[in-house]
Amino acid sequence: MAEKFTSFTAVAAPYDLVNVDTDQIIPARFLKAPREQGYAGFLFHDVRERPDFFLNHPVFGKAKILVANTNFGCGSSREGAPYAFHDAGFRSIIAPSFGDIFFNNCMKNGIVPVRLEESVCASLRKFLGENAGAEVTVDLTSQKVSAPIGEFAFSVPAFFREMLLEGVDEIGLTLSMLPSIEAFEKDYAASTPWLTPLS
Amino acid sequence: MPRSLFEKIWDRHVVARRAGQVLLYVDRHIVHDGGFHARKDLAKRGLKVRRPQNTFGTPDHYVPTVSRNPADARAPEIRRMVEAYPASMKQLGIPHVLLGDERQGIVHIVGPELGITQPGMVLVCGDSHTSTHGALGALAFGMGQSENEHVLATQTLWQAPPKTLRIHVEGTRPAGVTAKDVILAVIAKIGAAGAVGHVIEYAGSTVRAMSVEERLTVCNMSIEAGARAGMVAPDDTTFQYLHGRPFAPKDFDAAVKFWKTLPSDADAVFDREISLSAATLEPMVTWGTSPENALPISSVVPGAPQRALDYMGLKEGVPLEGLPVDRVFIGSCTNSRIEDLRAAAKVARGRKVKVPAMVVPGSGLVKKQAEAEGLDKVFLEAGFEWRHAGCSMCVGMNGEIGRPQERIASTSNRNFEGRQGQGARTHLMSPAMAAAAAVHGFLVDVRKIS
Ligand code: SF4
Repeated sequence: MAEKFTSFTAVAAPYDLVNVDTDQIIPARFLKAPREQGYAGFLFHDVRERPDFFLNHPVFGKAKILVANTNFGCGSSREGAPYAFHDAGFRSIIAPSFGDIFFNNCMKNGIVPVRLEESVCASLRKFLGENAGAEVTVDLTSQKVSAPIGEFAFSVPAFFREMLLEGVDEIGLTLSMLPSIEAFEKDYAASTPWLTPLS
Repeated sequence: MPRSLFEKIWDRHVVARRAGQVLLYVDRHIVHDGGFHARKDLAKRGLKVRRPQNTFGTPDHYVPTVSRNPADARAPEIRRMVEAYPASMKQLGIPHVLLGDERQGIVHIVGPELGITQPGMVLVCGDSHTSTHGALGALAFGMGQSENEHVLATQTLWQAPPKTLRIHVEGTRPAGVTAKDVILAVIAKIGAAGAVGHVIEYAGSTVRAMSVEERLTVCNMSIEAGARAGMVAPDDTTFQYLHGRPFAPKDFDAAVKFWKTLPSDADAVFDREISLSAATLEPMVTWGTSPENALPISSVVPGAPQRALDYMGLKEGVPLEGLPVDRVFIGSCTNSRIEDLRAAAKVARGRKVKVPAMVVPGSGLVKKQAEAEGLDKVFLEAGFEWRHAGCSMCVGMNGEIGRPQERIASTSNRNFEGRQGQGARTHLMSPAMAAAAAVHGFLVDVRKIS
């Protein structure tokens, strides 16, 4: 159910912390909430209790792009983390690196995770911190981030880029390849006769 | 061309390629009670589970551990989660075990224990610690709810080819140094982001000498170093472990013949290689809010990062040994197998807990085995609570959590802020170390206890 993404411009907030885990992005106790209810209120729920947290800032609280630090979204595979970002209006997160599962989960929820050099992310965060309210554009067509301090090229896996640019439904695409999957299964079963079904 | 264990498994599961991604065939998919978003989305689209016979369900995240009765759930919403699971499994036609069945337990305990996990397989589960199963020589990784739905619908998954990292652990572990200490030392060395984008193969004499249960502990925490998966090449230890398990291949010899072809070729090339000596390791504990914040128990609290120190209520220079704890949790998919419980019971025997402490076996079968060995009595006499199987305080989704500022000695895998309850402070360690903390009321070096 991929949401289309071509280009997105919004106020960006800096967040300096490294290794931000998905338990911080959404505490486990909220994961049982039905999605229809909306996950925006869960975003960084417990971290928000810190008065200096960016979402409590009069300007950064309105940001829809986050510029973060190394290994953002590490830890738990909970897709509640991108649900919460998505429902709060975020469509892109920029960081030097991401937790692998979080990275994939973002793509499936119409959020573009942008990897930029550590030094670039640091400069961006510094600039944004000193110029609250500055906007950043993430363009998936040209794979460029435009900020007042410059333009930065990035690349996302071509497969996901296609999906997002065209709003392709991934499950639909795979199901259209069912004949290949069935052919694979036939050969595979023949080469692994000892495998037994679980039912 | 020489290939690694990972490459051998990956290559034989490629269904198709497209724009740099690979459509990977999934042998086994394990589903738990936390995966309801995926199952709901599947139903919303009117799709069926394509290969129920490759899928297995066991509830773990939300189940109460005081009893097997959903009515004992800590809150009505949690009870609803527990009660929705059986209907969901039946409706989708997924083979499963339920609360009250002795085979129920934590997904990553149940898979290996029932022989669902086997060498050479691609196994996935909507849980980051799926890396655990790699201990049997499988390629096993966690995924989110959308990917979970994709596997249910298609039995495949689109994946980017990961990089490979081989970690050699060499030498004999000193007494008191467990598999948990080895993996905490690895994470401390390479960092929480040290293996992002990589699949780790653990090799070396230390790993070869480990039991399967120890290897499961090591592979379990691969994700805490950022790795996509962790694996150990299958060997005789693996084959012996699997022999006779309920879902082990009927034609076991044919399977073994294939499994023996899986270990990395002698000249296989890895993107990175790292070595670690086991001989100099000590029992480890974490002091901060990332698993990389791990140090030998003989250390003092370091000076940074300040945020972690503040959260943990610690000051620079304070010795880790002697740090008072308020609660002890022995359980989780990292350390709730029978060998873990034996190690904890050995320390608990004849002693009394000084703080509330609980033991949560990883599965009903582990519980049964422990009771057959009399370990439940050892724990109960020492004042531990003896619970039923589930994730429990590892993540607290069933409502079993610590209080704000409570300092918890835990055998689980994550010491993140709020992981065991809002404001709760987690110190990760081995089962023996956690039991030692329970009977002293503070962190101690288990090597000093006879
Ligand atoms: S025991 Fe903890 S880490 Fe393991 S599956 Fe359960 S919640 Fe996840």
